[in-house]
Amino acid sequence: MESKHVHQQIAAMRQSFFDEEVLDEFFSQLEQLEDQNNPNFVEEVFTMYFRDSTTLLETVEQAMKTISITLAKLDKILHQLKGSSASVGAKKVLNEINKTRQVLEKGNLEGTKAGIWEMRKEYESLKAKLEPYFQV
Amino acid sequence: MVLAESGFSSPRNDAFPAGLRVLVVDDDPTWLKILEKMLKKCSYEVTTCCLAREALNLLRERKDGYDIVISDVNMPDMDGFKLLEHVGLEMDLPVIMMSVDGETSRVMKGVQHGACDYLLKPIRMKELRNIWQHVFRKKIHEVRDIESLEGFESIQMTRSGYDLFDDGHFLSGDDTTSGRKRKDADNKHDDRELSDPSSTKKARVVWTVDLHQKFVKAVNQIGFDKVGPKKILDLMNVPWLTRENVASHLQKYRLYLSRLQKESDIKNSFIGMKHSDLPSKDSTASFGPHKAMNMIPDDVPNGTYSFSASNSLAQNVDLKGQGDLKGITSAPVAEPKGALSIDIHDSHEAKSTQMSFDHSLGSVDSAVSFASFNSTTPLQYPWTEIPEIQFKQEGEPLHLENGFSQLPLPGPSMIENEANRSRIEVKPLLDECRSNFVEHLGPVGAEDLFPIQSKGQSLNNQVFDLISATKSSMKTQDVGLNYLADSELALRNLNASGVGVPLATLSEDLQICWLQGDCYPMNYGLQDLECSTYDNPALMAETPFHLYDVLRFDHEHLFDPTEYYAIDQGLFA
Repeated sequence: MESKHVHQQIAAMRQSFFDEEVLDEFFSQLEQLEDQNNPNFVEEVFTMYFRDSTTLLETVEQAMKTISITLAKLDKILHQLKGSSASVGAKKVLNEINKTRQVLEKGNLEGTKAGIWEMRKEYESLKAKLEPYFQV
Repeated sequence: MVLAESGFSSPRNDAFPAGLRVLVVDDDPTWLKILEKMLKKCSYEVTTCCLAREALNLLRERKDGYDIVISDVNMPDMDGFKLLEHVGLEMDLPVIMMSVDGETSRVMKGVQHGACDYLLKPIRMKELRNIWQHVFRKKIHEVRDIESLEGFESIQMTRSGYDLFDDGHFLSGDDTTSGRKRKDADNKHDDRELSDPSSTKKARVVWTVDLHQKFVKAVNQIGFDKVGPKKILDLMNVPWLTRENVASHLQKYRLYLSRLQKESDIKNSFIGMKHSDLPSKDSTASFGPHKAMNMIPDDVPNGTYSFSASNSLAQNVDLKGQGDLKGITSAPVAEPKGALSIDIHDSHEAKSTQMSFDHSLGSVDSAVSFASFNSTTPLQYPWTEIPEIQFKQEGEPLHLENGFSQLPLPGPSMIENEANRSRIEVKPLLDECRSNFVEHLGPVGAEDLFPIQSKGQSLNNQVFDLISATKSSMKTQDVGLNYLADSELALRNLNASGVGVPLATLSEDLQICWLQGDCYPMNYGLQDLECSTYDNPALMAETPFHLYDVLRFDHEHLFDPTEYYAIDQGLFA
C-alpha cells in the first residue's frame, strides 16, 4: 500500500525528470545496469557524480576568480564536468555546460561566467530533485 | 561467464566474445564504474584503471593479458592519444577511444593514431557489446599476414624448423584479415602460445641473417610507420623469440637505418664486401654463387634477406639471379657485367628493391641503402655503379679471387672468425672507402654471421684487400644484396657454387658485396638493415652502403654476389 504509493511517487518523479529534460535517456541506461547485485547502482553513480562535480564546480569558481585563468584550463574543467554529467544523463546540466563552453571558446569571459552560473543552477536543481528521489 | 574465466592463460574457446578481456582507462571514476558495469553485463572481463601510466604498466606486465583497451581521450597524466600510440606500438592491441567530445577533428585524430573505434559519451551498452569485432578483426588480419609470409617463411621455416602456421600464429595485434585462420579462440590461444615460448627464452638472442631477414620482412610488411615489436614478433613467427628481443632489435635497426642514411654519402661502405670466399673466379665461380644467389631469392620470394636478422627490412633482396651474380665476392673482375637485379622484397609490400646493378660500376651509391629496405623504397642498388669504391686494386681483380680461393670455406665457424678478421682487415684496407662502412662491419662481428660468413671471412679479408686497394671495381652488378638473411641460403649458394660465401656473416653489417661474377661491384646497400629509419628511401638510394661507392671500383672486381651484407652494423653489435 504504502509502498505502492511510494512507487507511484517514484515513477512520477522519474517521469518528471524526463519531461523536464533534467535527465536524458542515458539515465535509463543506468537503470538497466541495475540488477540484483547492484540494487542501488544508479544511486551510487549519482553519488559519485555529485561528489566529483561539486569539486569541479568549486574549481571552476576558483578559476574564475583568479585573474590569470587561462581559457584552456577552464575549458578542461568544463570538459570534465561535461563528461561526468553525461555519465549520469544529466541533460540540462550538460546543455548548460555546452553553452558555457561555446561562450568560452569565443573568449567571452563574462559570458562564460554567466554560463557557469546557469550551469550551476541546473546542477543544484538536479541535485535537489534527485535526492528525494533516491531517498524514496 | 566472464568472471569464471581465470586469467589470461585460458584461451577463450567458449562462446566468443564472452570473456573478452577489456582494460578500461578513464580518469573519471563515475565513468569507470558505469563502464565496468556495462562490460560485465556483456560478459566481458573487465579491468579498470584511472591512470594511463597504470594502464600501460598493466599491459606490459601481462602481455596477452588483455584483448582490447578502451580509453578516454582526456586524461590528466597522459594524453589519450599517446596512450593509444603506445599500446599500438608495444602491444598492438585494438584500442577504442571515447570522449564526450565528438568533434570530427578529434575523431580524426583518434583514427590517425590508430584507434579502432571512437565512441561518444555517454556510451550505450549496445555499443560496448560490439567491441569484440575489433579483436576479431585483428586476429583475422594477423592470420592473413602470416599466410602471406608463408611463402617466404617456408624457407625460413625449414631452417628454423617450425611450422609457421601450425600454431596458428595469430599475431595478436595485427588486423590481418586473412580470415582463413581459425577463430579467435584459436588465435588467442596461439597468441598466448607464441608469447609463452618466447618468454621462456631469455638467453641472448643471436640475430642471424635469417632471423634478421624475417625481421625486416615483417617490418616491411607492417609498414615502417606502424611497426611495433609485437607485430613484428607475430609476423616473424619465431616461437622462441620474445617481444623484448624484437623490440630491442627494432631499436637497433632503426638506429642503423638512420645511420645508414647519414652515411649514404660516405663512400665507404665498401666494406661490405665480405665476400665469402669465392674462390671461384669470376665466371665459373661466380656462377656458383650466382646460382646460389638466385636460389636464395627464389626461395625467398620476397627477398627479404635479413642480414643478420636485424633488419628484416632490407632483407628482401631478391637476387634475381640475374645471371651475373656470380658468386659473391670475389672476383672482382673486370667488367661488370651482369646486372644483378636483386629484388629486395620487403616482406610486406613487395618492395622488391630491384637492385639492378648496372654493371656500371659507378652508381653504387644509389641503391644500396639497404636499410631502407623496409619498405617502400625499392632498393636499387646501383651496384653496378659503385661509384666510389676506391679500390686500389684495380689491377688485380683477380686478386680477390685468389684470395677467395684461398679461403676454402672453412666452414661457418671459421668463416666467422675470418670474417671478423676480415672485417678488421678491411678496415684498413678500405681506407678509401669510407671507414664508415668499415665501422659497420666492425660491429658486425661474429654475431649472426652467416655461416657463410665464416667462409667469407677469409674471403672477405681477401676481398677487402682487394677492394681497398683497388677500389674494387666491384661490379656490383645487381648484387643482389643477398642479404641472405638466411645465411644458410647464402652458404648454400656459396657452397653450391663452391664459393664460400662468407659474406655477410659478418654480422649484419657485412655488406656483402655481391660481386657479380663478373666483378661487378656489389653494393651492399642492402645492409642498411640497421637503419633505424626503416623507410629511408634515401637510404636506399644513398645506399648507406657506401659499399656501392666502393663498388665503384674502378676496376672491375667481380665480387661474388654471394656476399651478404651484414648490414646491421650497429644492430648486431
